[in-house]
Amino acid sequence: MDMTVTLEMDRVTLGYQHQPVLKDVTCRIGPGEIVGLIGPNGSGKSTLIKALSRVLSPFSGSILLNGRDISLIPRAVLARRVGVVPQMPLLPSAFTAFEIALMGRNPHLGLLQNESCRDMELTWQAMIRTGTHHLAGRRVGELSGGEIQCLLIARVLAQETKAILLDEPTANLDIGRQAEILGLIRELCRENHIAVLAAIHDLNLAAQYCDRLLLINQGRLYAEGKPREVITARNMAEVYGAEDCVYAHPKNGLPTVLLTAVEGRAKGRDADAVSE
Amino acid sequence: MTVLNKPPRGSQYGSGIPPWLWKRSHFFSVFGLCGVLVLVSLMATTVGSIHVPFLTTIGIILDRLSPAPDRGWPSFLATIVIDIRLPRIIMAGLAGAALATAGATYQGLFRNPLADPYLIGVAQGASLGAVIGFLLPGDWLGLGNSLIPVLAFSGAVGGATVVYLLARVGKTVPVTTLILAGVAVGALLSSLVSYLVIRSTSEVHGIMFWLMGSFSLSKWADVGAALPYITAGIIIILLYARTLNVMQLDEEQSAQLGVNVERLKLVLLTAATLITAASVSFAGTIGFVGIIIPHAVRLIWGADYRFLLPLSVLTGAIFLILADVAARAALAPMEIPIGVITALCGAPFFLYLLRRRKRQIF
Repeated sequence: MDMTVTLEMDRVTLGYQHQPVLKDVTCRIGPGEIVGLIGPNGSGKSTLIKALSRVLSPFSGSILLNGRDISLIPRAVLARRVGVVPQMPLLPSAFTAFEIALMGRNPHLGLLQNESCRDMELTWQAMIRTGTHHLAGRRVGELSGGEIQCLLIARVLAQETKAILLDEPTANLDIGRQAEILGLIRELCRENHIAVLAAIHDLNLAAQYCDRLLLINQGRLYAEGKPREVITARNMAEVYGAEDCVYAHPKNGLPTVLLTAVEGRAKGRDADAVSE
Repeated sequence: MTVLNKPPRGSQYGSGIPPWLWKRSHFFSVFGLCGVLVLVSLMATTVGSIHVPFLTTIGIILDRLSPAPDRGWPSFLATIVIDIRLPRIIMAGLAGAALATAGATYQGLFRNPLADPYLIGVAQGASLGAVIGFLLPGDWLGLGNSLIPVLAFSGAVGGATVVYLLARVGKTVPVTTLILAGVAVGALLSSLVSYLVIRSTSEVHGIMFWLMGSFSLSKWADVGAALPYITAGIIIILLYARTLNVMQLDEEQSAQLGVNVERLKLVLLTAATLITAASVSFAGTIGFVGIIIPHAVRLIWGADYRFLLPLSVLTGAIFLILADVAARAALAPMEIPIGVITALCGAPFFLYLLRRRKRQIF
């Protein structure tokens, strides 16, 4: 079961009701690397993650897991290989945090099985690693957005998959927790050779924590490569309309985006027309 | 931040206890309610126009079960207990179990607290079938009234199937479409039923009584016909209890956690529809049980479907047996339609529970 996972997209076109959101995307996420997915609002980051977890089928092209088309893989088998941290989902408020995290074990259990002591232990360890164990007995309806975010990461750790897809994992976290969670993800990725794809809004975090970045814009894969190659003054100006904002990080030289206040700049971006 | 290597004191999590034992009190509740069910059933056999003492009842039942029968009970008492009251009580128990389980299943599947067993056209289909049965000439094919349950069952399954097929979008059946299609088809079928009832003059009383639900005509043959469907359906639903917990997240997350959502919907809708149809065919459209019992169980024992479903089975059965006792004893010798009793007793109790517990239950 310790097989590593490589996810590939081969000329994939995706969308909703015949309206393509992403066209002709080809990319690869290998074991032990963190790939960041960046792009403006509504550029199709969540759509890409849905397709990789087979919640949305592509119009054309193929999505491969270790060379095998994911549409041919049964759901339970796929869920043992690929875990997802969704963006701000609604959780059933009557369940406790522990029960929600324990649901990560579902793909490992058969119809007649209940969670064993081992499943509980794994879940408990995952909650300790994400710092959510003190919430175990609380109902999820009482948790804050940040706590739920960490809980969902505990759930995906309990799921024990070799690939993890994260949709804005740090969107609701303060900067301390952002660093903690992304640090944890990086550590797990290296330790267990997990393939990680994370949609991240914050370009600075993406630059700091990701090995490679995919920049999508206007339905296409606009740029791909190391943070230094993707977060360039030219790309930022063309994709985000933010002129002259890329600097080198004073400690490690990685690209850093810093905005300077300018009056009245709500113009010139038509990327928002595509719905998320 | 201090990192705990052990679960906090007093927490059962991570302590190596298998999860089915966490809620030990829930387990005792299941066994306790089994006992209550047996006791309530026996008590119910003593009540009626002729009072049969409790011990005599037990004697008669044991006598019938034992290989060497006849220990000298008056035969009319044996007839009352064995042939009239017992099938009626067992039918009430089966119907209560079926409606409560189906209600809990629909609520879980649709993630909607207002869902009840009659949401997707089962009751309206059954009513149409039954009314047609009433309006057929009495000697049609020489079958008499025995055709009514068959027609009601066909109507129920037919109604749900039409709703399911109408709600299909490609390969998926979205929950909202299903509910809306159910409401629309239900309204259509109800209007047909109303039209037929108005047109008929001689059968109005019989039809109204059937529509409001009653166990006064239940026989062993009915129990024999309904039992296989209801037990099989309930067993299938119980198998998916843990999966129903996962389904409470939402369909996308469930799929990402390995649940084949569309197959699960088809299996559970089929099972819940069959048990509802079996119950409605023999007991009429008894309202209120399917929506209130699962919520009452949630309020008392929580939302975990592994306990919610079996506890709903038992609570539903007990509730409907008691309601049936009230229906035949309250204004004896006149019988009150059981639907009136279920709403009259159930609603205040439910409101009491609702006021007492204010935390999130769904």
